[in-house]
Amino acid sequence: MKELDENFLRLWLIAMAALAWLAVLSGTYIVYPWYRAVPPTGAVNLSAFPQRLLLSSPATRGWHAIGMEWKEHVAWLVPISITMAAVVFSRYRRNLKNKPELRATVLTFILVSFFTAGIAGFFGALLNKHAPVDGGAAVRIIGGTQ
Amino acid sequence: MNGREELPVMDLPNGPGAAAVLSAGIGCSLVAVLAIAADKSSVIKYLMNFYPPTGPLSGVTTTTIVVWLICWFALQCLWRKRNLPLARIRAIAVGLLIVSVLLTFPPIVDLF
Repeated sequence: MKELDENFLRLWLIAMAALAWLAVLSGTYIVYPWYRAVPPTGAVNLSAFPQRLLLSSPATRGWHAIGMEWKEHVAWLVPISITMAAVVFSRYRRNLKNKPELRATVLTFILVSFFTAGIAGFFGALLNKHAPVDGGAAVRIIGGTQ
Repeated sequence: MNGREELPVMDLPNGPGAAAVLSAGIGCSLVAVLAIAADKSSVIKYLMNFYPPTGPLSGVTTTTIVVWLICWFALQCLWRKRNLPLARIRAIAVGLLIVSVLLTFPPIVDLF
């Protein structure tokens, strides 16, 4: 491995780890509270309360019960795995060539983290189609049509 | 050196790498285990509610990150200069990772 390739891969992994942390932290602490907002008693229009909107119909209940419940947890495997990969590569760099078992383990974590990021992204996109997150009165992230 | 030359390879101890992968496996599995615990026990659900707008997910993920980093630091201190048989550690770490993906899948969680 050449020094330029090594530095590029190292920076790429660090950038991926930073983006993964940004995604899960913003998702958990900014978007998720909007998603699970509780409507006032007697509210009829649930379009501003995505979780309650999905749970209000048997036809959409599964999007929360399977989609959101899986997505909100499985997404957290990504930053842990990619951070580990970035640190291991930063430490060993080209010397990983001599450690096939360690290299294979790190690659397994990266592949599984891509898979779990795919699950989270897939369900996130479809959930937003069914119950767009409004972001409350002040901030509107996605414009719903309801 | 212009960055285009092949670099020499050294034989570094695998202990730090083993510490990183095993602690990552522990961290990933902890997300699933704590999420199930918070789902099944009202006491744990209450205890995990660090930030009410996010609910128990805030405690599950914060606790996971803290335990993961502590594990990583402890294993790193223990294995810093050691060469370990990696096959077993690899099996445990990857096993924990696969279990964590399965245990976050709601139909499997509902079996408990």
